Amino acid sequence: MISKKVTNVQEALEGVSDDMTFMLGGFGLSGIPENAIAELVKRNVKNVTCISNNAGVDDFGLGLLLQKKQIKKMVSSYVGENDEFERQMLSGELEVELIPQGTLAERCRAAQAGFPAVYTPAGYGTEVAEGKETRAFNGKMYVLEYAFKADFAFVKAWKGDEAGNLVFKGTARNFNPNMCGAAKITVAEVEELVPVGTLDPNQIHIPGIFVKRIFQGERYEKRIEQRTVRQRD
Amino acid sequence: MLDKNGIAKRIAKEVEDGYYVNLGIGIPTLVANYVREDIEVEFQSENGVLGMGPFPFEGEEDADIINAGKQTITTLPGASFFDSATSFSMIRGQHVDLTILGAMEVAENGDIANWKIPGKMVKGMGGAMDLVASAENIIVAMMHTNRAGASKLLKECSLPLTGVGCVKKVVTNLAVLEVTNKGFKLLERAPGVSVDQIKEATQGTLLIEGDIPEMDL
Repeated sequence: MISKKVTNVQEALEGVSDDMTFMLGGFGLSGIPENAIAELVKRNVKNVTCISNNAGVDDFGLGLLLQKKQIKKMVSSYVGENDEFERQMLSGELEVELIPQGTLAERCRAAQAGFPAVYTPAGYGTEVAEGKETRAFNGKMYVLEYAFKADFAFVKAWKGDEAGNLVFKGTARNFNPNMCGAAKITVAEVEELVPVGTLDPNQIHIPGIFVKRIFQGERYEKRIEQRTVRQRD
Repeated sequence: MLDKNGIAKRIAKEVEDGYYVNLGIGIPTLVANYVREDIEVEFQSENGVLGMGPFPFEGEEDADIINAGKQTITTLPGASFFDSATSFSMIRGQHVDLTILGAMEVAENGDIANWKIPGKMVKGMGGAMDLVASAENIIVAMMHTNRAGASKLLKECSLPLTGVGCVKKVVTNLAVLEVTNKGFKLLERAPGVSVDQIKEATQGTLLIEGDIPEMDL
């Protein structure tokens, strides 16, 4: 067994520095790498590019990095929940590249899978396709989208083991598996780091080969953005 | 004239047995409440769940189980979770039978705009561009006019596009319209709404053939 285990978040983020590009898993606040984000805030790395579907909310998730003006550029598909984000974007302090959600996922997966680029129908005929190569296949138009290049991918899983194998829970899975192995160094934090041999090999979502460092995360808040309930009859 | 629930109720009649359906945020989300109970339908949410159920009871919310609107949800027997790339494989690969989404503007050629108002509102397209670029069957749910009273059914969209020539049907508070190569064909009127009212509220080409029936809700 090749061990990917590191003792804590400090060790897991070794090598992180200014001007880097990071991938961060999560959809809204669900499945975000809370420990890695807190450590990035603590280290105060500046001028970074973040590839993440959303930008957190004002006081949680990537919103924490935005508050401290650590982010130079965001690559996202939806950013509607964050006032500070909007302020920085409209004032020109923050560079923003908005891309279709499926394109975001596929540009991660292409990087993970060794494809330089993929053709997608999403965005054809819109400003998202401006300046990009387009091509017809079987009479339909597609846009060429390039694989991401990133220095670190920060993902969060439910369970994992020392070999780096990961299991996700519910919709907290989202972009996390697609980002594993899509950056030079993939750092996985887990709610529960279990002994090797306890995870059923049939049930593993991401094999350890895609993960470089794994650590037991701490103090997960797992905030709910839109608590919606129904009444009991 | 319909309210938002009325629009959702009318669209629910378009949902057929055996359909996998993706519902957008807003009015489309309400459609799930009105689907006939004698048919089998599965709702897909692009953040990675198929087989969505109702909202949870208080105290049973789970931060790890949400829909694309970030609302807490439940799942039904037979449900599955998957990653974002797999989710959009379902969408782009045309495995989803029906897509229902909201819009700021729809043009008579089927163009749709729903993600950006330059200089004012930039929230992003989320999964909308993937959905409209791929789905065979797209229904738009929206009010016929905007808050200022201007028509949202136009000759050409004025806002940045989400997709080109993709909308097949539009259900508004006033009418059901089909997008044809000659313009918006009026299919049904909302209860108590006249053809003249619809004409007045539609800036794009409106095709009226024969008597237009009132919606059967």
